[in-house]
Amino acid sequence: MQPAVSIDHLVKRFDPAGVGGAWRRALGRPLKDPIVALDAVNVQVLRGEVYGIVGSNGSGKSTLARVVATLLLPDSGSVQVFGHDVVKDARTVRRFMNRVSVEASFFKKLSPLENLSFTARIYGLPAREAHQRIFEILKRLGIEEKAIRRPMDQMSRGQQQKVAVARALLTSPVLLILDEPTTGLDPRSKRDVQDFIREVRDTHDATVILMTHDMDEAEQLCDRLAVIDKGRILIEDKPAALRREGESLEDAFIRLTGHAVEVHQADEAAAGGGG
Amino acid sequence: MVPLRQELGASYAFVERNFRAVRRYWGWEVVFLFHSIVSALTVAYIAPGGVVVAGQQFDADRLILFLVVGTVVWAYLDSVFDSVAFMVSWERWEGTIESTFMAPIRRVTFIAGSSAFAVLYSFARAVVILVVVALFFNLDLAAANWVGAFAVLAIGSLGLLGIGIMAAALPLLFLERGSQMTVVVQASLLLVSGVYYPVEVLPDWLEWFSVISPATYVLNAMRAAVLDGVTLIDLLPHFGPLMLITAVTLPLGVWVFGWAERYALRHGRLKRSG
Repeated sequence: MQPAVSIDHLVKRFDPAGVGGAWRRALGRPLKDPIVALDAVNVQVLRGEVYGIVGSNGSGKSTLARVVATLLLPDSGSVQVFGHDVVKDARTVRRFMNRVSVEASFFKKLSPLENLSFTARIYGLPAREAHQRIFEILKRLGIEEKAIRRPMDQMSRGQQQKVAVARALLTSPVLLILDEPTTGLDPRSKRDVQDFIREVRDTHDATVILMTHDMDEAEQLCDRLAVIDKGRILIEDKPAALRREGESLEDAFIRLTGHAVEVHQADEAAAGGGG
Repeated sequence: MVPLRQELGASYAFVERNFRAVRRYWGWEVVFLFHSIVSALTVAYIAPGGVVVAGQQFDADRLILFLVVGTVVWAYLDSVFDSVAFMVSWERWEGTIESTFMAPIRRVTFIAGSSAFAVLYSFARAVVILVVVALFFNLDLAAANWVGAFAVLAIGSLGLLGIGIMAAALPLLFLERGSQMTVVVQASLLLVSGVYYPVEVLPDWLEWFSVISPATYVLNAMRAAVLDGVTLIDLLPHFGPLMLITAVTLPLGVWVFGWAERYALRHGRLKRSG
């Protein structure tokens, strides 16, 4: 069976000097070493599975998510989504993929209805059908009807994140990239979003890639897990298989990486991401 | 046809969303419009004020009209440029830059939608400013050729859009400095385009820059149409430079934007902060 996502020897480095690096190079000034955000990453995600990538902040998770989401060009290696190359065929990949990132990205003065109507138009959904689906999805996510027409800056972060999940579902993606979707949420919102991910897994023909540093979340939601550290995939297996007898997944992570789930600043500054 | 219709629909999505955002920020919109009207009035009052200061009579009515055309047309051009040049910065400021660039649409669709919004929004503002300023002065617009003026504005907008699109690419290359550079470009256009004075009064080296600014030709042609009522046929010589500038800047703008986007994709600059 063709994998949903096939990542082959993916390498991504960032020049810490940015645009100034070209000038420094031209002037013969010393350059800082490039930051290796992804170092020969190989991943195969099967169709219909929830594939987790766990790692600390700065481990390369968000960089990987951005490359798959066509928001970053790799230096070398390849990423294929349902057989389409994310570089050569980016627009096709974008049509059947969506991403929810750590922070809900909306015009915050607009209402959920206005933001999602915008998405519907972008994706060519008929206005009446889109309107109906927007209300259906948002209500199912527990957003009150009156809140659907109010500016999003009047909603809690948890509610905003639910609207972000709703936006992703509105476009019926066959690949859903969830980049730390529950980070910073209150426990109830976190549980709601996690329940919804389960629902997507069980009821939609969608493949989910979940980036997280929440070990409980990874264990509960993912069919398979990869541990990423300093841009390298250390191990990949079913959550239960990663743990030794009597070990929690967090313990297993510490054993594999040599450190707890803590902030590494490696590619955070360069990629502007959460890890 | 269906893909084209989808791309047009997606372009319209940007127009609709941006107008909705304008409505939600209505308080600021009123304040900015008030500021623009007061600025236009302040500039127009320089003409009667000039008579008092100089202590001799000159055709103040013609100078008022000259200044009013300058302020209103500049209010329009500045707003078009502003809306287009800051389209990337706006997405970044709202935090939607990644989702917008991840949308399955051609980049030109995003640019066209943002540009269409810029033209419609700016035109509406300029009309309001003109109407209010006209209430303060006894403007003699009987001889004005409005069809010609509208044609000038339409063609002139395209050339300015090209430069605006190039300026919009700057924040993709330089996260914060890009927006700053855009403001510098905008201010330079104000200086060299003859908004409040004929460009002939500029030093030679500065006047040279007026040749490459589409705003110069728009203002000259608008004054010919509104102050002198020049016919559409007689306005044609003004269209030549505008069409030439459009033919160069519009495709170049789209190309530069595409190049800048590829740079941003390679260097991780499609991020919210910056």
